[in-house]
Formats: sequence, C-alpha cells, structure tokens
Amino acid sequence: MFPIVSKKKYNDTIFELEVEAPKIAKNALPGQFAVLVAHENGERVPFTLADCNKEKGTVTFVIQVLGKTSSYLLNENLQSIPHITGPLGIPSHIDETKNHIVFIGGGLGIAPLHPIMKAYHQIGKKNTCIVGFRNKNLVFWHDRLSQYASKMLITTDDGSIGEKGLVTDVLEKEISIQKPDLVYAIGPLPMMRAVSEKTQFHGIKTIVSLNPVMVDGIGMCGACRVTIGGVTRYACIEGPEFDASQVDFDELILRSRQFKKEEDICLRDYLKNGIKK
Amino acid sequence: MNIQKKRNHFPDRKAEDRVKDFQEVGLPIDFELAQKEAGRCLQCKHAPCITGCPVEIKIPEFILEIKNAQIKEAYHIIRKDHFLPSVCGRVCPQEKQCERLCVLAKTGEPVAIGKLEKFVGDEAIQKQYNQSSKIKTIPGKKAAVIGSGPASLACAGELIKNKIAVDVFEALHKIGGVLVYGIPEFRLPKKLIEKEIGVLKQMGVQFFEDSVVGRTIVLEELLSEYQAVFIGVGAGTPLFLNIPGEKLNSVFSANEFLTRINLMNAYAFPEYDTPIPNASDVIVIGGGNTAMDAARNAVRLGAKKVTVAYRRTENELPARKEEYHHAKEEGISFRFLISPLEIKSDESGKAQSVVFQKMELGAPDEKGRRSPIPIQDETELIQADMVIIAIGTQSNPLLPTISPKLKLNSKGYLMVSENLETSIPNVFAGGDIVTGAATVIQALGAGKKAARQILKKLEKE
Repeated sequence: MFPIVSKKKYNDTIFELEVEAPKIAKNALPGQFAVLVAHENGERVPFTLADCNKEKGTVTFVIQVLGKTSSYLLNENLQSIPHITGPLGIPSHIDETKNHIVFIGGGLGIAPLHPIMKAYHQIGKKNTCIVGFRNKNLVFWHDRLSQYASKMLITTDDGSIGEKGLVTDVLEKEISIQKPDLVYAIGPLPMMRAVSEKTQFHGIKTIVSLNPVMVDGIGMCGACRVTIGGVTRYACIEGPEFDASQVDFDELILRSRQFKKEEDICLRDYLKNGIKK
Repeated sequence: MNIQKKRNHFPDRKAEDRVKDFQEVGLPIDFELAQKEAGRCLQCKHAPCITGCPVEIKIPEFILEIKNAQIKEAYHIIRKDHFLPSVCGRVCPQEKQCERLCVLAKTGEPVAIGKLEKFVGDEAIQKQYNQSSKIKTIPGKKAAVIGSGPASLACAGELIKNKIAVDVFEALHKIGGVLVYGIPEFRLPKKLIEKEIGVLKQMGVQFFEDSVVGRTIVLEELLSEYQAVFIGVGAGTPLFLNIPGEKLNSVFSANEFLTRINLMNAYAFPEYDTPIPNASDVIVIGGGNTAMDAARNAVRLGAKKVTVAYRRTENELPARKEEYHHAKEEGISFRFLISPLEIKSDESGKAQSVVFQKMELGAPDEKGRRSPIPIQDETELIQADMVIIAIGTQSNPLLPTISPKLKLNSKGYLMVSENLETSIPNVFAGGDIVTGAATVIQALGAGKKAARQILKKLEKE
C-alpha cells in the first residue's frame, strides 16, 4: 500500500497526486515513470514521475482525467494506492554538451518536463520553456517550471493567457532568435509530431517521451511496441524517450486509439455503477 | 497378478460446456478413482519414474499411500520435495517425464502419476493437510529471491524448510509469475496457486510485490542485507515475426493476450478494468503450449472461428498432446505448413486478414527435425480480425539493469556455474532466465537445486 499524502485539483481535468513511495523516490531519475494500479480490479497504467522528494520519500504524479482509473483517482476519497511499481524506463540522458535547451510541453505533458528541466538547470544550462494549453483555466505548474527556466512562454488556443496560437509558432520565433542545441517535447502525439517536423527542418535534435498503451511495463508483453527508425522498440524498457525524428507517429496515433471503445465502456460503467467491491 | 494395461479414465468437462466459461477443464478426481489408479503402480524398487522428475518426488511412496487411503501421508511425501502438487499435477508434461519412464508404459499405459499428484494436492488443500506452522529460522542468515514464478517458489520453499529466512521480490502486483500471468484459469485455477503459495507464507516466507530488482531495489542493497540471492525472473520478452502489419491494432503477442486475460482478468471486463477487444476470426501463429493457451482463451472469449497456424506439420507440433487434443475438442482449427508473410489492415488500422506462404518439409536439420521451406508462388489469404503471435520469447531485457556485472550468454540468458552460481558470488539463478523457455517443473527443479547450493554455501560461512 502506498499512502496518499496529498491530492490537489488544478481544474476540472487535471490534478496532482503525491504518494508515499520511499523506494521509488530514492531510485527515481528524470524521465522515468511508474505503473499504478488504482484498485484491486484496476488496470496497470503508466504515469510519468513528475517529481520526487527523496527526503520525504514521496513521488508526485500529475494526472489528466480521461478514463476510469484517472476518474477514480480524482473522485474517490482514497487513503492509499494498492500498487505502484517503479521507477521504470530508461532515465533521460542529461547531455552536458548541450547549452541551450528548449522544453515544449503540451497540456499534461508539461509535468514530465519538470524533472528533466530541473536536471539541466542544476548543471547550469540555459532552459527556455514553452507551454501550451487550450485556455487560461487549464494552466498549471507554471510557477514550478519557471524556477528552472530563464525564459517562460505560454500559448493558449484562445489567447486567454500568453500568446494565441500553437507552441510550434512560438518555437519558430525562438529558433529565429537563438537556435537551441536540443529540444524536448512532451505532450499530445500531434503536438510532438508537429514539433518534430519543425525541428527536423531546422536540424535540431529533439527528444520526445512516448506514452503508448502498456500492460506490465517491464518488457514482458510488447503492448507498447513502437517503430523507431524502422525498428521495433519497447517504450517501457527501451524508452520512454526517443529521438523524435525517428518516431513513426502515424502508427503510434493509430495504436493509441486501439482501446478507445473499451475505455469509454469502462468509464461509463464506473460513472454509473461505481467500483464493484 | 494381472495389471490393467490401460489407465483409468479421468474425465474432463464436456467441450461444449467448458468453452462457455473460464472454469477448469479437468473435473475433480474422486478417491475411488485415484485409489484404483494407484493400484496399478508396480512399486518398482528402482523407481525409474523418480529419475524422470526434476524435483525427484518419491512417486511410488506417495502412490502407495493413496492405495492405502492415507492421503495426508501421501501429501507429506510429495511435500518433502516440493510445495506445489496441485499446480504440477496440472501443468507438468508428465508424458515426457515421470510417466515416460514408468515400467507399465512398455507394455501398456503408464500410471497416471500427474492425475494422482493433482488428486493429492487438491485433497490437501480441501482437507487442510497443507497447514503449516512458522519455521524458526537461523539468525543472521537470510536469502533474497527475485521473481515469484516456479523457480523462485521452489527455491524459497527449499530454503525456508531448511530454516533460512527468505524474502521474495516480485515485479508485478500479484505473486506467482508465469503461473498467474501465463497459464490460463481453465488449466490452473488461480485460487489453487494462492493456496499453495499460502503454505510458504505460513512457513514464514515474505513476499513483496511491485518490486523490480534493478529499479525499485538495486542488487547491491540486497547483497548488503542478504547472504545469498536467487534470480528466477523468467524468460521475458515476446518474439515477433518482423513482418508488415505486426503493429496493427488487434495484433497481440501471446504474452500480452494472456497477461490481459490471466493476470488482469480481462475476460470479466468491465468488472475488471483491463480490456480485450472482441473478435470473430482469430488466428494464432505458433504451435507450442502458449499457442494452445491463446487459442483456447480466444474460443472462450466468444470468437466464432479460431485457427492455429503452424509452419511445420502435426508431427512436429511442440505443444503437449493433451493440450492439442483439448484444443481440437474445443473446435479450434489447425492449419499446418503455412507461414505468415503479412498482416493486412482494414480502413481503421485494425487487422483484417493474414497472407500466408505455403510450406513443405525439407531435409532434416542437425537435430533431426525437418525444416519447413516455402513453396514458391503459393500463398493463401485467411480472414482474421485478431492475430496472436505465439512464437516464443527471448531473454528478460531487464537483466542487465539488475547488475551490469552479471555475465550473459550470446542469447542474453544468464551464465551460471555447475552450482547455478552467476558471475557474482552468492548470486544464484535458475529457470527460464538460464535455460530459455522451458517447463514449470524444470524451473522447480532448478530452483530447488540452487537452494541446495545456497544452503551449502551458507553453511560454510
């Protein structure tokens, strides 16, 4: 059992969950994730470790309400999570040869950027951070990321805060001011693809963190297989970070919809019947 | 004395009934039937059957106790050598092991040793002959076991029996390894695994779930706390065919398909959250036990047609005969001498059909097995809205994260000495992670053997 320390709701769909998991906190590195089972009949769902407090022995997840697991975690008054496994995946390669890094986060994707930005900041690198949201109400962790960025830029679809438009438009501008040595992009697949296309055009190395469907998360089932440079790779044990220019995003987008119908059934069943004990 | 040449019949549920649910195929064995079968045993002094058993159960002794109606005694004879009779009675390939060497097999059918073991194990659970008390362990001597599949359970059992405290670390959220994620409920009910593992718990073995050694805990930490470590993490990653269309939706590795159903209970979706999509025409590629398990699960999920496609012939089929027959009884079609070339997609990105290359058998290879070779220009298209790839597994990819100092062979499996010790002193290993994919009982044998070596080593220290 992993006791819940705090749950903070940022808006209708995004919340933060801090959980006691001392072993995970102790060994976690930027870029890694954990697999969480929310209740005894639950699914194994991977979530990026958005923050770790090694002294307190806690880990923090930022979760977007999409299906049953996330709705359950937000709605129920829980004391603990039955199962959390981690840290999993290959940690981010913190590349000391890069001096200026642009971090791009789309929606929920900004949370996983946090530990990576922090790591680059700690070794004295210049971070520029571009975060994109649909509107002002959805903004979260802006302050938390700001402390590790020398420049913090926001875009919204409706212009209710920051610049109106897409992160890629702001990225284009930033590139024209000073070409970065490395770009990190984490967010919805179409956003990561759009960033990748842009940075490939400018010849800038770009890393994305992928979050395909997983079951075990330890390389045993192959559910998370992705095509990277024409080769099959397992996101759970060979990722989740990959060179964006090598990712087959079309395939990934198709595969990400694989269980859409079942996910809807499961969510509706939960909203109607609750959890069967 | 006239010995009945044919073994007694141990009935299964009717195929038409059992395909409707996930309940066990084999029916419970009653005492009269078990006793009758036990009466066939010749009680050979040289007991060749024992040499066929990787954990060397005193087979004639326990069978004699059944004959004498002393089931509790029978159970305790088996338990001297291992703790999982209900499991092994069901999943061991006895026909290739103990039963193959039974003297009766020379002139008729061997004693149904597996069925008798199942009977004893089940009786022990039901009548609680298996109740155990906590073992007082030797102070200052502790072993860590990584993984909780058959090899690890056997190792833990042997150690605790010999008064060594044992902690077991499992990466998944349930204990049992391949017994819970791989072997279907209808072959091995989960509650039996729980009961048999319960014996180890009663004796004092501690189990820790959600613990990936190399990630959650590092080996160095374990070695500072424990005097010996056993690695029994299993085979691991599924192999794929590397053909076009393999990443289409509704194409699964057998590992994923079985894990969803067995470990995650997807057959009871949405009561359980993990889904498995509906399919009407399922193709399973491969011919081993895992392929049979996948096909039989697909039937139970309600598929209209399930076809197993194997590139050799019925004669080379690696699956156990019993599984093959069960599969055929359940209406599964078998197509031999075809090998997949491509999986074709429908407009939504989901599998729609598989293009197969027709094959014929060529000259025997160095092992004497005839290799399949393609027949030029002869292909065939078979409809399938789900494709399950069951062509085997490769070594556990997380091994190097346990410790870069572990020596692996060219195939990525752990290299061990004759005593099953790895390249790191006091770290032992056994089961699929050493041998590549094999059987539950072989893993039990290896776990037990490693435990004996650990005991020797701990005695010296």
